[in-house]
Amino acid sequence: MASNTDVSERQRSAQQRLRIIAGHLQKREENEHTALSAQECKAETSKSNAAKVPKRRQEVMKWNGWGYSDSRFFFNKKGQAEFTGKRYRLSGLILPSLKDWFEGTFGANLQHKTPATASLNVSAVPPPNLNEVFVEELKAAGVALSTDPEDRVFRSHGHCLHEIFALREGRIGRIPDLVVWPSCHDDVVKIVELACKHSVCLIPYGGGTSVSSALECPPEETRSIVSVDTSQMNRILWIDEKNLTAHVEAGIIGQDLERQLNESGYCTGHEPDSMEFSSLGGWVATRASGMKKNIYGNIEDLVVHIKMVTPRGVIEKSCQGPRMSTGPDIHHFIMGSEGTLGVVTEVTMKIRPVPEYQKYGSIVFPNFQQGVACLREVAKQRCAPASIRLMDNEQFQFGHALKPQVSSIFTSFLDGLKKFYITKFKGFDPHHLCVATLLFEGDREKVLQHEKQVYDIAAKFGGLAAGEDNGQRGYMLTFVIAYLRDLGMDYYVIGESFETSVPWDRVLDLCRNVKERIVRECKERGVQFPPLSTCRVTQTYDAGACVYFYFAFNYRGLSDPIHVYEQVEHAAREEILANAGSLSHHHGVGKLRKEWMRETVSSVGLGMLKSVKDYLDPNNIFGNRNLL
Amino acid sequence: MERLLREHTLKSEPENVFDILEERRRGSDISHALRTFSAQPYRGATPLSVSALNRMVQESQYLRYVISEIAVESGEPHECVKEEAVSILEEMSQNLQLSFIRLMGFALTKVFKRLFSSIRVNEDGLARLQQAIQEHPVILMPNHRSYIDFLVLSYIMFTYDLSIPVIAAGIPLMGMSLIGEILRRSGAFFIRRAIGSDKLYWAVLSEYVRTIVRTGFAPLEFYVEGLRSRTLKSLKPKLGMMQMVLEPFFKGEVYDITLVPISISYDRVLEESLLAHELLGVPKPRETTRGLLKARRVLEENYGCMHVYFGKPVSVRELAKGRIHRGQYNLIPRDLLLKLSVELQEFVSDVAHLLVQLQERDLVLSPWTLMALILLQNPDGVEWNTFTHKTLRLRTLAAQLGARIDWPAQLLDSEVMLSSMALHHSVAHFENGHVRLVEEAGPGPVTQEEAVFRRASAVLMCASYRNQALHVFTRPALVAVAMTSAPSYSKDDVFSRFCFLQDLLANEFIFMPGHAAQDFEEGCSGLLRCGALSICDHGLRVIEEEQDTIVFLSAVLKPFIETYQIVFRVLCEETFQTFTEKRFVPDVRAAIMKLFLSGEVRSYECLSSDTQKNALSALVRMGAVSKSRVAEQFEYRVNHSAVRRIWDTLDGSVTSKVPLYSRL
Repeated sequence: MASNTDVSERQRSAQQRLRIIAGHLQKREENEHTALSAQECKAETSKSNAAKVPKRRQEVMKWNGWGYSDSRFFFNKKGQAEFTGKRYRLSGLILPSLKDWFEGTFGANLQHKTPATASLNVSAVPPPNLNEVFVEELKAAGVALSTDPEDRVFRSHGHCLHEIFALREGRIGRIPDLVVWPSCHDDVVKIVELACKHSVCLIPYGGGTSVSSALECPPEETRSIVSVDTSQMNRILWIDEKNLTAHVEAGIIGQDLERQLNESGYCTGHEPDSMEFSSLGGWVATRASGMKKNIYGNIEDLVVHIKMVTPRGVIEKSCQGPRMSTGPDIHHFIMGSEGTLGVVTEVTMKIRPVPEYQKYGSIVFPNFQQGVACLREVAKQRCAPASIRLMDNEQFQFGHALKPQVSSIFTSFLDGLKKFYITKFKGFDPHHLCVATLLFEGDREKVLQHEKQVYDIAAKFGGLAAGEDNGQRGYMLTFVIAYLRDLGMDYYVIGESFETSVPWDRVLDLCRNVKERIVRECKERGVQFPPLSTCRVTQTYDAGACVYFYFAFNYRGLSDPIHVYEQVEHAAREEILANAGSLSHHHGVGKLRKEWMRETVSSVGLGMLKSVKDYLDPNNIFGNRNLL
Repeated sequence: MERLLREHTLKSEPENVFDILEERRRGSDISHALRTFSAQPYRGATPLSVSALNRMVQESQYLRYVISEIAVESGEPHECVKEEAVSILEEMSQNLQLSFIRLMGFALTKVFKRLFSSIRVNEDGLARLQQAIQEHPVILMPNHRSYIDFLVLSYIMFTYDLSIPVIAAGIPLMGMSLIGEILRRSGAFFIRRAIGSDKLYWAVLSEYVRTIVRTGFAPLEFYVEGLRSRTLKSLKPKLGMMQMVLEPFFKGEVYDITLVPISISYDRVLEESLLAHELLGVPKPRETTRGLLKARRVLEENYGCMHVYFGKPVSVRELAKGRIHRGQYNLIPRDLLLKLSVELQEFVSDVAHLLVQLQERDLVLSPWTLMALILLQNPDGVEWNTFTHKTLRLRTLAAQLGARIDWPAQLLDSEVMLSSMALHHSVAHFENGHVRLVEEAGPGPVTQEEAVFRRASAVLMCASYRNQALHVFTRPALVAVAMTSAPSYSKDDVFSRFCFLQDLLANEFIFMPGHAAQDFEEGCSGLLRCGALSICDHGLRVIEEEQDTIVFLSAVLKPFIETYQIVFRVLCEETFQTFTEKRFVPDVRAAIMKLFLSGEVRSYECLSSDTQKNALSALVRMGAVSKSRVAEQFEYRVNHSAVRRIWDTLDGSVTSKVPLYSRL
């Protein structure tokens, strides 16, 4: 901890600057509506301005499902789907075609319900196994903490299907014994020191959006498990406008970070689909990827400096040089460490001025092959827009089912006309066509120019421009999909998403084989109705692409649906690996995909990672047992 | 794979068999040819025209790599190599057109109706095939016993509204004027014989085949045995085509590939006398259109029934499960010209062997195949009652061993046999209560040699029918022979003897390499099933009352073992120190003929050039003969003492050398 003095010194100066900036910000906030006319950077953002995540998250968020308590899908008395709340574009709207799609796709029936347990049965929660001395010393150090059952249950899980399914049934497994809320880097240093001293197990907790079983408490853990909730470390400590960087506490969640930066005219541009809830520290710990990485880069491109507290001490670099040749980059030990090495407390990130102009778009292709060929060409010419995604036919239909009720006859007439043009006049088979959604960003003029370039390439592959609306709806799907899963679970439908990255020449084969494998495995395991097995190419790179799968099925008639689900997902991952796909593009490994780590990075590679762990954390204080 | 074979032995539920000629005899041929054809294609297929398919092959990354590699190696300009590739492709490619299928359909109806009393097809198999075609690329893998079966699958599939296959054919067929073009338009593509080391040809062909499989252009039909079997016995599978077909699966370009074994058998084979002549060294006539027209004579005969049995579709993915690591192309481009890993090569070989075995097991046997077996064991003729009695016993035995016998139940056994006799009047005849082989009548007086040839020709013709049923008995018979010649009845001794015999006869019968233990088990359980054997404390025991079953089964293999012994004997003569491939058959034949004339050899089957060649291959495989390339042809060099050792082992005078053959 040699650098402690530098740190506090720098922190002091940073805090000074921050005060000035804060004053600056406040002034703007007063006349927010007029001051900043810049378009909002993200596809969908919470309208509520009640910033910051409260300690008692369960007061605004569901304890056994995705997202805000006030936002959920349900089927109204007329059997039409509605989305409640006021936060989203879809909020308060009726989605007339969702029911038919839902019943048709899954063979589900609105009569057959599987409601969740309404509230947490506190008596079912095991009493905390506390390390009294640790708790006392922590209290003495002034760190906020709680042993409340609700607080502990909330931090015992991520959002894997099996985790949510168990909560809905009211089943509680091993959960943290204590939740602590550090409010700054120093608090974390304190916590880690005490944890080492008293041998308790720490599990860092950011946004809680993990889908890799990374937050699951190892059931075999006998020490007291302490969940380190970073949500109160959520300040932007300084913004450096000369170098375009911002120094931010790692507990800040994506939407708060973007909103606050927007207020001073900046953004990070990092927008993972989970950005409403996921935290900066979580992004670093899992090697996150954002939707607009084509302009802004993935987390590893965005990060300039990381500070992490480990049992061995604080790790950080001495300067913020944009690139260094100083041995292997220590950031790469931290990024993707999944909470096994320490707690990321502060991060310096690149920022950009908020773009002047943003435009959605979409292209219809006659089939998926053509679409992939087009994306490959776009990648080859290195002219990908901020985001470009290609949905397969099933996902296109899924997206369509989310069309809100059209207000005027004229709009529906126009829709009909478009459909006629594409399917009849252009001869696209509605069961094969697929859609690419696009998001352009930048100067207005450049965006328009860029747009033309992309559409010209698309035309060579039989693609037709299909309007902004389709594009925007495509992005909306990614924000509401998790809410939709909760709806499905009310009616015997369970599902999940998973992802991979793969070289260009294997994209088509991988998509086909994995989708087919899912369908066959479901059939073999007695799933009565064909599953939804769909994918999209969601990121493009020079040498390959990221592919994202949705997989869901109706589990009526199965005695152990979660087991079946897990077997199928396992088979799908095997198929991905056999088709040259990676173990994960951005979700991480957690405990869910641990078994494949050795074959993924080789025994020697695994040994390297283990030796880092052994050096930093010989007593396995950070004992979530992810990754290795 | 074992599981598949085992399941196969157990199940024998009768299938719904249907005569497709019956309808043709009632309905109009022309309206059959013009019927509405609406097949359900493979649902993952990319609709492609023939020219688009060819373009795809030409423009493939794989060919581009190979062409530039060859251009560098040979120093020829890139363009020239490319042009050559294009012309190879042109020579090769099919041009499937429905109108020609209709034309062929019309012509074949006429021919079939004339030749065959019925064409019996298992409809359940067709239903399975129809299902399979829609799900994955399908490979049809029939055996090849007669020229006539070349288009019969296309004909059946046309009749049943199934996608018309493209067919891998030997290039001689293309040479026939007009017929070649008709075949091409009926879906045949042509492959040169002996591609050997022609890298460019190999590349074009393999890319062509892979593209057909990958795109699901049409079901692909090919003969895994490579050639028409001259002996009607299954041939050792050729692996080249099999590999090309499986590669798209190895590389993840298709989800799965379905292999459909198809067993074609005939009551009577059109080429029966031709086959025997070829085996005796009379060269086969070249495939010409004129030859075909001349062969019209054969149209005047009745050939009984043709059986086409569509076997259970085999999923390559299932076979590969847990056996091959499919990630092996993760670190290299799949388009590179690379040799298959050893693991994959072994898999290819096993799959090919498996398919041949499945073909064998589904083969529908006519009563005549059993009668032929009895006849051959009684070379001097047999009295009718004994003949009937023995044949019926054999029928029971064969059924116990899992044979599919088409023995009409509604007729008296003697009627069935008599009608078989009538059908095969050219092979055997029945006179004064005696059945004997027919010898070809020739003009005028004959030399002693000619007499031997005539007799041999009759025997080999008869043998070819027996050969269709051999696979039923092979494994139990090998155990039987092993038992009679092993030093003791202990399981280990019998097994090591079994291994030696199996190794020796590996070119003669189809055994999956490395599966001796399973084959042995199968042989034993066959003997157990027919009550000829009991197993106790690591020892085998022959049941006294069923002693003659063991004797009979040993006799099944006797002609082959005798031939091997004689070939070994001949090769041990001084004159056979070294010889060329070309000289082998005539020289050995002459030597054996000498032994015949001196009365030292009596078995006419020894004259089969096929068995002689197999014996030589066995020696090469076992290291007693070395084969080397000398000036454009192969030369063999015999290690006399090694041959003698193997010969002695075979004779049983020396018990098997443990280190050499023990695999337990």
